[in-house]
Amino acid sequence: MSDSTAISNSTAAEAGDSHHGEHPPYQRHHFETVDQQFDATNFAMWLFLLTEVMFFGGLFTAYLIMRNWYYPAFVEGSHQLSIFWGTANTAVLILSSFTMAMSVWSAEKRRRGSLVLYLCLTLMFGFTFLGIKGIEWHEKWEKHHIPGSSFSVQSFVNPASDPEVYKEYHDPPLAPDMAQKTEQYFFLYFAMTGMHALHMVIGVGILIFMIFRARGGAYTTGHVTFVENFGLYWHFVDIIWIYLFALLYLISRH
Amino acid sequence: MSEQHQEHEQEHHIVSPGVYLVILLALLVGTAATVAASYIDLGEWHIAPGLTLFWNPVVALAIATTKATLVVLFFMHVKYSTRLTKLTVASGLFTFLVLIGMTLADYFSRAWGRW
Amino acid sequence: MSAATIVSLPDQSTATIPKMNFLSKENGLLSWLLTGDHKRIATLYLISITFFFFIGGSLAGLIRLELLTPQTSLMAADTYNKVFTMHGVIMVFLFLVPSVPATIGNFVIPMMVGAKDLALPKINLLSWYLYIIAGFMVIYTMAAGGVDTGWTFTSPLSTHYLNTHVISTGLAIFVAGFSSIFTGLNFIVTIHKMRCPGMTWFRLPLFVWSNYAASILMVLGTPVLAITLVLVVLERTVHIGVFDPAYGGDPILFQHLFWFYSHPAVYIMILPGMGVISEVVSTFSRKRVFGYTAVAFSSVAIAVFGFFVWAHHMFIMGISNYAALVFSLLTMLVAVPSAIKIFNWAFTLYKGSITFETPMLYAFGFMGLFTIGGMTGVFLGATGTDIHLTETYFIVAHFHFVMVGGMLMAFLSGIHFWWPKWTGRMYPEKISQLAAIVTFIGFNFTFFPQFILGTLGMPRRYAAYPPEFQALNVFSTAGATILGVGYLLPILYLTWSLKYGAVAGNNPWQATGLEWQTQSPPLTENFPETPVMDHEAYDYEWLERQEEKEVASVG
Repeated sequence: MSDSTAISNSTAAEAGDSHHGEHPPYQRHHFETVDQQFDATNFAMWLFLLTEVMFFGGLFTAYLIMRNWYYPAFVEGSHQLSIFWGTANTAVLILSSFTMAMSVWSAEKRRRGSLVLYLCLTLMFGFTFLGIKGIEWHEKWEKHHIPGSSFSVQSFVNPASDPEVYKEYHDPPLAPDMAQKTEQYFFLYFAMTGMHALHMVIGVGILIFMIFRARGGAYTTGHVTFVENFGLYWHFVDIIWIYLFALLYLISRH
Repeated sequence: MSEQHQEHEQEHHIVSPGVYLVILLALLVGTAATVAASYIDLGEWHIAPGLTLFWNPVVALAIATTKATLVVLFFMHVKYSTRLTKLTVASGLFTFLVLIGMTLADYFSRAWGRW
Repeated sequence: MSAATIVSLPDQSTATIPKMNFLSKENGLLSWLLTGDHKRIATLYLISITFFFFIGGSLAGLIRLELLTPQTSLMAADTYNKVFTMHGVIMVFLFLVPSVPATIGNFVIPMMVGAKDLALPKINLLSWYLYIIAGFMVIYTMAAGGVDTGWTFTSPLSTHYLNTHVISTGLAIFVAGFSSIFTGLNFIVTIHKMRCPGMTWFRLPLFVWSNYAASILMVLGTPVLAITLVLVVLERTVHIGVFDPAYGGDPILFQHLFWFYSHPAVYIMILPGMGVISEVVSTFSRKRVFGYTAVAFSSVAIAVFGFFVWAHHMFIMGISNYAALVFSLLTMLVAVPSAIKIFNWAFTLYKGSITFETPMLYAFGFMGLFTIGGMTGVFLGATGTDIHLTETYFIVAHFHFVMVGGMLMAFLSGIHFWWPKWTGRMYPEKISQLAAIVTFIGFNFTFFPQFILGTLGMPRRYAAYPPEFQALNVFSTAGATILGVGYLLPILYLTWSLKYGAVAGNNPWQATGLEWQTQSPPLTENFPETPVMDHEAYDYEWLERQEEKEVASVG
């Protein structure tokens, strides 16, 4: 319920007792004060992020064990990932976290124009990330590194057949059974980056919704809860990527 | 509006854009550092016969953790948040470490197996 | 004050159910399906889980019927596998996990903390819808032919060797898991942020502490189950290879991830039940729970330690000896807080004014049966004995003692205890006491022989068994029949009481606790005014003074 008359209502709320007194239209009736609502929903978002930490935790555990069992395959698999695009994506997400933090600042300072600008920048960075991911995945498809019936271990059994990568890393050829484990590396790669990308897509969707609402002034009248809580979610997705980058791309490049 | 809010437990301390900018730069530097470090062979530590620790992944994870900490403390405002928020973050981290740590402890201590 | 009962009802010739209450506030299907009122959502949950309980119970009946004879007489072995799997899945995920939290907890916790509703009413409603969706998916699975992996989905049986509906069941539980997560999340936020003025942590009823601890487990543990199920689905569909040795995976990894949730899950199931027992034992001994702080902290301790012991389900599966040692030691530790609670309840009874209304009968049943079940857990926690007892009927008996003799009795205790508050009517006391006793007798006949069967070596999950085990199995099935009667009776008389039960009034049990200081059934917003908590929990002297004031002012 965005309402430009909310500003005048909020002073009345802070003045007296809260029973059936006036309170801002964005305050739900089961909360006594706006602050209680903010605290409660903020805490709820943090608890939700805890569930996400444990959710990705299971994936990380599986990854760590498989990586230690099949280290040579994982090394050569990771050489197939582009360090350029990976680093670029990391920088893009870090920038998007910055612009998201600036969005929250704008909402707190009640600057509608600034808020919309920074949300749009965040959205742009989000799309950029997904676009780069698309480029990377497409490259995997072209090289027959998508796990499944079209997967080919050619680049690992005979690394010289992949001149670009071979020039950089001079990987030794893998025995067929270890080479087969590169498919597992790519499975985990797609599962982890795919799960992460799904969270990005959901974030992008909510961002678009927020931009429309922000333009109408919904978040610059004192009700910053939605933007702040979404910011927490967005930063969390960034943190997951920081770890994915370190674990998937940087296994061993020397 | 501000006086009412200051009394309340959840401070609406507004972090300045300057702080955000510094953190942004720190994160980008950290990214460059971690990429650079992955190109250098940092060696290993032979703890015991058959038990070796390679430094590259340790450094990569350390840098990632530092970056994550900066995001949590500053972008996510945890440094300026209540004790409850800090406790919540810590408990999530703790449970995550228990999952990974105790599971890996089983794998590391198996007499059979691939370690 | 009569020694036989503490029930104090208003004058039945003039008493009526209050006209304005949460049930009468709005009418129509949509007012129920789109409600934000935690009490209505609790009611929706109560109806839903009762429905699934009877499906799960019927499956149990089929199991016991099959086990009357040593051969696979009633159904093929594969069918038997499906029956016990669906029984486990439904009972664990669709009944036990949501039982006390989503029904009684949803109903009572906002009132116990003095709030108008839970912190996130829409999330609460979403939680119920997720539960219903999960329920439909399980029904679909049963109709489509069921799944026969056992509720534990052990790989590689579930990922590689079977062609049954593992995926739809896995996805159903995934959805049910999120239902549970949202309930727990809601409780934690409510308990931290919505307590009324004066309601400090140590003035909260112990029921709130227990549900708080269970909610922590729900929030931190359930997501790991969720990702495990996702990986199982991926394993079956695209052969991702993390669990299947044929593709280089490790089946024990599945078990680590599965039990990381499923062990805390048993504490999710029992802790709210323990909370009920604290309330009931206090009320029916007219005494503050002995060692309030110890009981409160032991609830949290169970939650924390519960995360460190999961591999005691895996002692024979191939974990390292050192891991087995560590997990066994930690398992011994986690038994301590549960024992502390039993001691404290026993000391609450000591020198209390004990009466034997139905909730108290169920509570006594709980204390005895949970103690037996818990102690047999210690035998299982010791690796040496576990090697012989695991995967036998000893395990089956152990978890049925704690879950059915413990948790289900606590659930029934709570339903009877809060029934007057929920509906405004009393259930009929004599028949309900009879049902409680019948349940207790039936339970012991059903499950005690299974301890003996287990030590004699009868394996679990087998449709056929050596003929020397038949006598005990017949005994067990006979007990199950009695148990079934004991569970059927409450459905009948509780439904009867909705129309014909005595009008309960605000506080038929003369209990302390904020929920008892308001009308039955409660108003939608719970209290006419925000309550202020100015006394300790279980303060029976405060209650006496309140009653004196009321008598003085009515005149």
